[in-house]
Amino acid sequence: MTEAATALDVTVNGQAREFTDAAHTNLLDWLRSEGLTGAKEGCAEGECGACSVLVARPDSDGDTTRWTALNACLVPAAAFAGQEIITAEGLGSPEALHPVQQEMAVRGGSQCGYCTPGFVCSMAAEYYRPGRTACGPEAVDEPEHGANGFDLHSLSGNLCRCTGYRPIRDAAYALGDVPDDDPLGARCNGPAPAASPTSYEADGRRFVRPATLTEALTVLRDNPDAVPVAGCTDWGVDVNIKSARADLVIGLDRLPELRGIEETETYVELGAALTLSEIEQRLDGRIPLLDQLFPQFASRLIRNGATIGGNLGTGSPIGDTPPALLALDAELVLVGLDGTRVVPLADYFTGYRQTVRAPGELIQSVRIPLPLAGITAFHKIAKRRFDDISSVAIGYAFDVADGVVRKARIGLGGVAATPLRATAVEAALEGKPWTADTVRAAAALLQEEGTPMDDHRASSKYRRAMLGTSLRKIYAESTAKEGVA
Amino acid sequence: MSYLSERPTKPVVGETIPHESSALHVTGKALYTDDLVGRTKDVLHAYPVRVDQAHAKVTRLDTSQALTVPGVVRVLTGDDVPGVNDAGVHHDEPLFPTEVMYFGHAVAWVLGETLEAARLGSAAVKVDFEPLPSLVRVTEAIEAGSYQGAQPTVARGNVDEGLDRSEHVFTGTFEFAGQEHFYLETQAALAQVDENGQIFIQSSTQHPTETQDIVSHVLGLPAHCVTVQCLRMGGGFGGKEMQPHGYAAIAALGATLTGRPVRLRLNRTQDLTMCGKRHGFHAEWRVGFSSDGYLEALDATLTADGGWSIDLSEPVLARALCHIDNAYWIPDVRVHGRIAKTNKTSQTAFRGFGGPQGMLVLEDILGRCAPLLGIDPAELRRRNFYTEGQETPYGMPVRHPDRLETAWSQVLSSGDISRRQADISAFNAAHEDTKRAIAITPVKFGISFNLTAFNQGGALVLVYKDGSVLINHGGTEMGQGLHTKMMQVAATTLGVPLSTVRLAPTRTDKVPNASATAASSGTDLNGGAVKNACDQIRERLTVVAAGRLGVPAHDVRFEQGNVIGLGTDEQMTWEELINIAYFQRIQLSASGFYRTEGLHWDATTMKGTPFKYFAYGVAATEVEVDGFTGAYRTRRVDIVHDVGDSLSPLIDLGQIEGGFVQGAGWLTLEDLRWDDRDGPTRGRLSTQAASTYKLPSFSEMPEVFNVELLDKAHEEGAVYGSKAVGEPPLMLAFSVREALRQAAAAFGPEGTSIDLASPATPEAVYWAIEQARDARADGHLTQGFPGEVPAQPGPDARPMLANAERGQYGVPSGV
Repeated sequence: MTEAATALDVTVNGQAREFTDAAHTNLLDWLRSEGLTGAKEGCAEGECGACSVLVARPDSDGDTTRWTALNACLVPAAAFAGQEIITAEGLGSPEALHPVQQEMAVRGGSQCGYCTPGFVCSMAAEYYRPGRTACGPEAVDEPEHGANGFDLHSLSGNLCRCTGYRPIRDAAYALGDVPDDDPLGARCNGPAPAASPTSYEADGRRFVRPATLTEALTVLRDNPDAVPVAGCTDWGVDVNIKSARADLVIGLDRLPELRGIEETETYVELGAALTLSEIEQRLDGRIPLLDQLFPQFASRLIRNGATIGGNLGTGSPIGDTPPALLALDAELVLVGLDGTRVVPLADYFTGYRQTVRAPGELIQSVRIPLPLAGITAFHKIAKRRFDDISSVAIGYAFDVADGVVRKARIGLGGVAATPLRATAVEAALEGKPWTADTVRAAAALLQEEGTPMDDHRASSKYRRAMLGTSLRKIYAESTAKEGVA
Repeated sequence: MSYLSERPTKPVVGETIPHESSALHVTGKALYTDDLVGRTKDVLHAYPVRVDQAHAKVTRLDTSQALTVPGVVRVLTGDDVPGVNDAGVHHDEPLFPTEVMYFGHAVAWVLGETLEAARLGSAAVKVDFEPLPSLVRVTEAIEAGSYQGAQPTVARGNVDEGLDRSEHVFTGTFEFAGQEHFYLETQAALAQVDENGQIFIQSSTQHPTETQDIVSHVLGLPAHCVTVQCLRMGGGFGGKEMQPHGYAAIAALGATLTGRPVRLRLNRTQDLTMCGKRHGFHAEWRVGFSSDGYLEALDATLTADGGWSIDLSEPVLARALCHIDNAYWIPDVRVHGRIAKTNKTSQTAFRGFGGPQGMLVLEDILGRCAPLLGIDPAELRRRNFYTEGQETPYGMPVRHPDRLETAWSQVLSSGDISRRQADISAFNAAHEDTKRAIAITPVKFGISFNLTAFNQGGALVLVYKDGSVLINHGGTEMGQGLHTKMMQVAATTLGVPLSTVRLAPTRTDKVPNASATAASSGTDLNGGAVKNACDQIRERLTVVAAGRLGVPAHDVRFEQGNVIGLGTDEQMTWEELINIAYFQRIQLSASGFYRTEGLHWDATTMKGTPFKYFAYGVAATEVEVDGFTGAYRTRRVDIVHDVGDSLSPLIDLGQIEGGFVQGAGWLTLEDLRWDDRDGPTRGRLSTQAASTYKLPSFSEMPEVFNVELLDKAHEEGAVYGSKAVGEPPLMLAFSVREALRQAAAAFGPEGTSIDLASPATPEAVYWAIEQARDARADGHLTQGFPGEVPAQPGPDARPMLANAERGQYGVPSGV
């Protein structure tokens, strides 16, 4: 490897700046140390969005740019070598407010103002979102969708303790189309900065962004204690809250080998370093179960950073993709310097945050077999509807033909030390008529799955109850759709 | 109409304008305390040394290893305190404790060149301790008889007679959770010392004067050596009324000892686990109703969970006792209060300040009893409203009770409630697994500090030779729009455009001895003072103008930057007049003062007229509940709220909406969990992050949210006829909780009484639905006289002291 750099160039609000701080410094702390104190630390774990900034990221066609809002508190500044960042200060000034800032200011969208720069950045990302257009003159504001095409979920990762949100919603729904001469809008027409291969070192600690997958695997082999990161949404929490300080962090999120989407006759394959947002855009409804998952997975801010490989790589028992992917019978392609191997997701988790992934191996992609089941659902039980962590999450994929369950797959999260398949319940359903009696009996079995615990999110009793009611709910919904009483 | 409340023609108050800092907010230019660190040279960073024990005695503190960590400059311990080792005013809150009183109590602070160095230094400090027995739950403290402070009683009439004549008597208990403030900006202070030993502290504080007092007594200096400034806060909600002082004192002590600026900012985990919260309460009660549903008697004992030190628990409890009646006339009342001492953070002020807790007890009683009385809960509430001529249990006449009835009727009609009730009945009949309900609840909230002395405000208004105006006042800005309103008041009184007025940050060397910006009183007190200062200046200018315009002084008018003489065509601009006045050697500045008239409070007997007036409001909320999970959505909210004649409608609307959603958060979503198991983590706050303590987000915003200000609501004797608005709307959220109760009941047979936990999380609502389905929900109340008599004061119970809100306030003993 070449000599590690001790300074990196990052473009912020159109101005080149030099990063020379500790390797673990997150983007927020660095921006603030540069005097850009608009972005704030509200929670340091990606929950409040006060640190939101805009990053120029390639849009799905690769030739254009999408302004992408990210939680600056969660990502290492060193990961932004050569990148373009816009903060609230860069959007407009008190004398020349950006349209988003103007609407927020005049409608009472700020009270204490602390969360406001973050809201402004998240709102600006949605303002510039390609395809956000007014839905015609007859369009009206719906509860979570403005007549101007604004998706309120784009703000689900921003918390405000003062306003009660109504004026912020009204500001968002009052935004017009992006004028042709808007510089940030025009910027979207060109390509985003490519990922710069990076090797940065400060005080003996390093951040490395390899140029290729082979290089990444080599670095990982040579540094078994290195921390591979893709979206950093867990890394940031570890650094900020648990004071983790890794000697070497390897950034995988822009490796082209991990960012493909392929569809064959028999499967859809998703690159591990794709963010949840990118998968959502690029699949465009192809897999209905995942479409149910995305809005519940986390906020838009988190989904813009978090990758599907990262969510599986951490091995968390309460990650939200595993229950859905287990129901979809997904497989993982693991890659090492010696080649690849394919592992069913159901065999992947071995214990609390333990998996079959060997040292030196990375997740390359996730394969979802085709054809897809006819009845699918993702149920997430949490205290809050937007952006919460699951108490229990359940993925369902059922094939029902002629009133009989031909195949049943049920993935569970939050009920044991690992995500798991409810195989006994699946067996109890398969071959049985899809009736209330079958479902009642299966629900009773499902309640006994796993060993859910009592904690601050929910009691074990509630978690068990939810397993049972969830199956009854999907039955009620599926029969309601068919018009069956 | 009083002089104070009368508006001139073309006033700037009443105009709909955005927050004075909105352009700075949205561009990230608005500065908060910690944003100043990068603008200050050679700053040291402070990091706490904490002990993870619910209760323990510190036997040894060894800082030697910390001093070997690169970048560590100093470790602050109790030995360094030149004055009083106390972060509060009651001398029960040692700044550097030798006894750990709650899990994570800080016993020392490390100063480092970087935050990282200070953190590593903190980890290197060795603390030995002996664990002591701990009390975590409020019920554990009640069982152990662990109380602190006064045990006051508010009483009227004879409760036993009242219950005896009641047709229905019910008895129950209710334990409900507190609330984390979760201001987005955590506690922060930045202290510097100048060449002359003057300490200058920038602090995120709602009470700069008290921050100054505490820093003074910790440093052993007179108050004139310490200046505190608050630019603005990123939210306060009461959490920065008492809590900032100790952190400012640590920063000031560090700056004094090192000669360098010291920054102390808590990260979110520290803030959540070290700072006080809204008190959770335990209530035992007996209530009597007449045969037609009139409240006859209430006998209750409220136990506030005060945490480890007394803090503001006594006045919080006093306000709870003074608000248990909410909007309802109860002939015979006896409400006893006490404060549990537990090994938790020191619970403190939070928007409503005990009022919400007191009111919640009675609203819960009404919600539980209505089905058993066979009376619609809305009707039960309305039937019991105060009427003209009645007094509160503490003897204060209830003025304008008709506003309750007016607001109630207006919500019924603007919310189209009766049609929607019919729609809901039809919906519920057609849906087995989903139920809807509407609940409507009132608010009556007393405005003023209970302690009369605090009801004073000061201001300093400067007019410069060019006519520009700079105002200073003692209140702080935390997002509530106080500064915006103060600028409107000054512009109105001086008859100048808003652009002529600028506002300077709150500083103790401009306006001394200010009360906390709290109790919703910021506008009343500081607005009165700003107006008073502007009145003085205007009166002097009137004489000058009268001479110039050739009219009698009483015919001079100040309007929109022009000075007009009635009956003459002569006029001049404000700037011209100021220039003339300057050359006539007229004083162009004034300090203003305001004291709320007509207040009287006897804390010992808990009788008097502690409030200037009551703020009223009514809310109707419709919810939809999912029977599979207990999850719910707020479909629609209609509010009519009384803000008097609004000084600033956009600001007031924001307070009402924001208060409502924050109240809904407390009652439904925000779930403080303390580890009460025996084991190494006993006493630990389990919900110590934004990922586990969930604030309302967009998903909790009502889908339809209609707010109207009550018409014809002029308030005599308050600045420009306005009313306070900070706290009262929070309690409009009772309507959400009651709607959830009614929706859960709709899963069961008619007349099901529901016991709903607070917060009513989806899980809590699910269990309420299960109760209703099994129709086994009636076991939570017992019926019949005499019922369980609530716990009564013990022989050692003492009443509130006259100055109970502030122990030995303002007497720095180091001087």
